[in-house]
Amino acid sequence: RMTMSRALMHFNAASRATNPPLTFTGTEIEEQVFIADTHCMNVSAGPTQKMNLFQSVTSALDNTLAGDPTAVIFGEDVAFGGVFRCTVGLRDKYGKDRVFNTPLCEQGIVGFGIGAAAAGATAIAEIQFADYIYPAFDQIVNEAAKYRYRSGNMFDCGKLTIRAPWGCVGHGSIYHSQCPEAFFTHCPGIKIVVPRGPVQAKGLLLSCIADQNPCIFFEPKILYRAAVEQVPTEAYQIPLSQAEVLQEGSDLTLVAWGTQVHVLKEVAAMAQEKLGVSCELIDLRTILPWDTETVCKSVVKTGRLLISHEAPVTGGFAAEISSTVQEECFLNLEAPISRVCGYDTPFPHIFEPFYIPDKWKCFEAVKRMINY
Amino acid sequence: MTTLPEILDRFNQNASAAKFRGRAVWDFHRQEQTRDTHALDVKMAAARGVKKLYGIGLHAIRQNASLKATTFLQQRAFRVNGALRQQPFDSSAEKPQFPGASAEFIDHLEFIQPNVISGIPVYRVMDRQGQIINPSEDPKLSKEMVLNFYQKMTLLNTMDRILYESQRQGRISFYMTNYGEEGTHIGSAAALEPTDLVFGQYREAGVLMYRGFPLDLFMAQCYANADDLGKGRQMPVHYGCKDLNFVTISSPLATQLPQAAGAAYAVKRENSNRVVVCYFGEGAASEGDAHAGFNFSATLECPLIFFCRNNGYAISTPTNEQYRGDGIAARGPGYGLMSIRVDGNDVFAVYNATKEARRRAVAENQPFLIEAMTYRIGHHSTSDDSSAYRSVDEVNYWDKQDHPISRLRHYMTARDWWGEDEEKAWRKQSRKLVMEAFERAERRLKPNPELLFTDVYDEMIPPIAKQRDAMWRHIQQYKEHYPLDLYEK
Repeated sequence: RMTMSRALMHFNAASRATNPPLTFTGTEIEEQVFIADTHCMNVSAGPTQKMNLFQSVTSALDNTLAGDPTAVIFGEDVAFGGVFRCTVGLRDKYGKDRVFNTPLCEQGIVGFGIGAAAAGATAIAEIQFADYIYPAFDQIVNEAAKYRYRSGNMFDCGKLTIRAPWGCVGHGSIYHSQCPEAFFTHCPGIKIVVPRGPVQAKGLLLSCIADQNPCIFFEPKILYRAAVEQVPTEAYQIPLSQAEVLQEGSDLTLVAWGTQVHVLKEVAAMAQEKLGVSCELIDLRTILPWDTETVCKSVVKTGRLLISHEAPVTGGFAAEISSTVQEECFLNLEAPISRVCGYDTPFPHIFEPFYIPDKWKCFEAVKRMINY
Repeated sequence: MTTLPEILDRFNQNASAAKFRGRAVWDFHRQEQTRDTHALDVKMAAARGVKKLYGIGLHAIRQNASLKATTFLQQRAFRVNGALRQQPFDSSAEKPQFPGASAEFIDHLEFIQPNVISGIPVYRVMDRQGQIINPSEDPKLSKEMVLNFYQKMTLLNTMDRILYESQRQGRISFYMTNYGEEGTHIGSAAALEPTDLVFGQYREAGVLMYRGFPLDLFMAQCYANADDLGKGRQMPVHYGCKDLNFVTISSPLATQLPQAAGAAYAVKRENSNRVVVCYFGEGAASEGDAHAGFNFSATLECPLIFFCRNNGYAISTPTNEQYRGDGIAARGPGYGLMSIRVDGNDVFAVYNATKEARRRAVAENQPFLIEAMTYRIGHHSTSDDSSAYRSVDEVNYWDKQDHPISRLRHYMTARDWWGEDEEKAWRKQSRKLVMEAFERAERRLKPNPELLFTDVYDEMIPPIAKQRDAMWRHIQQYKEHYPLDLYEK
């Protein structure tokens, strides 16, 4: 008798049979959720080591604790290494006063982080799942984001960084799959960053930690083990608020962040192969404040824009990008801007394969835009 | 005396695969572990922590080459066999082994009754007439210091009267008085070092005044003029001062409690012998952030003083609608906090309690909870008329019969440190000081509207710069509709 999980494995296997992966780097369950960059990322000249995404996070935290005596890492279960192993080894290496568990209370974790940062410590708070960040919403939006402004720059919590696992993972369902960035993009005063792989994660996380504004760093949990790259062992930073053009193209601009970047990599390849369409692929990287210039410059060139994210389409960040682009590039548009996103439902469990904005939905949207 | 292996053995006897959870079992495993089984435990902990992500988690574990299925089965067999090896034991000598609590067993059913009638007693040094009750508790402060207490409390009172009136006259937009609670501010502030970091709620202006915040800057913040350290961004009474280590006030209640815990933790790591003080009202103590602050400060061993002003009302909500337990002090032990309740209208009691709490918080790195009982004589704010929910008689009792200022004055006059002449002269002088600052503040322009756009981030970012430029273009075009003359250029 087949169980649901086995059925899903069969589905995945069938899917793989008809869609051979471009680059096979994950385990069987993870499929090809991660496609390594084809170009060489010269982020740092130093030695590199093969790391997956959670290891690259550990490396960033390790560099931080080594170089900054005020740095502390805290949250639920971080002491033993964390439920996603992002903090493995750090407590033993740096001491229990620097890597410690807190009680199970997100509003407390973020509030505590704000206070520690305001008092001069580099505070790195872990929220166990982005789905559980909402109790801290008041502290983030009413306090952290406004600390500097409301005090006339006498006080700030710029040394605060909040990290949280983010996004769909195959079985996460309603409360282990959410992408809540849109709730926070409506909040001036914070920064929001989402990496697409280990090299990006380490550099962007180190930039968030160094940045003198409170930052939220969402880590795509499905990529924690599935994404593996050669990552520099020393510290390096990747600039915030700079989107990255991963692939140049002339017919259509694709924009995404996190896991969805890899989906669009496949879509770009499919578009080229099956439609002869040349896509320009942009990884937004920083969601707030976002790099309007790079996106608009691309749309001026291509005339078509497709934005894709897992989060529900209504009020999702694609709406903000779409609105800004139509203001700035109205006369350049050849087709309406397309958003391929999650449906306006909570994130379902067994229906995940139907819910997510997969490559077929994105490909279909590309076709429609080209034929508009 | 049972040995650790015996205790762990007994635990394991009752364990089964279904009950395989909890830190004690992890610890037990670590006693017996090889490197391989430890790796399994870490992975199992990760899987369990991720709740029902069984598909990925367990699959990954099974895939791990270093962990054979036989080892995995041996782990399960070990726990199941444990149930069969139960040894005889003497139940009367048993002590509870639960990781969560270490109290004794009890063999009869008995609920603990919350005690609000004879709950935590109220510590005081002076009676309402300013007489010292127990001479060994008299802090025996110098005349100079006591006079300073009195003058700060009365100056605050005078400033409150004038600024309340100025709101009524439409000169400032909003105000909150501190009537009746001056003792809590001055007594506690005096017991701190100037370098101690203060997080407040909104009714602690006396703390700032004691530390030397000038009248001009109080006024500047209330008038939101160009001298305001906060650059005119917040409503009146949302004071802050970096130099005086007073963190800027924000309107959301109780948000400062977990922040104070974090700040105290950072301060502890600095080894700077500083304490953090966190003020809040009994109403704010109902917020979830208060629970978070208490719990975090205790578990993380923070040098922090929680100072609760229990003044009887949260706007119109009396304490019997705010809580049913024995006030806020009784919650402290529930979190593992050293706790005390004091007479907030007795400036010496407040001083003594804060002084001792500070000494021990720094020396022992643990938080303290002081609940200062007092009464809010004034309205909640200028937006409130408290005659709608309480009697004038009630308010008059506190104003006339139990007021921190008069209590201290009795203490001073009994020692011939103060008299009618001094009182008259000081009233005149304090009023003059306040009025002069008031008039200066009135004349001052408001800050440049450019400051609307700065400090959102540490540096200006392009989208905000664009919006700022758009605003100025708009103002240029429609300038007659905007009150530019009131603002600095």
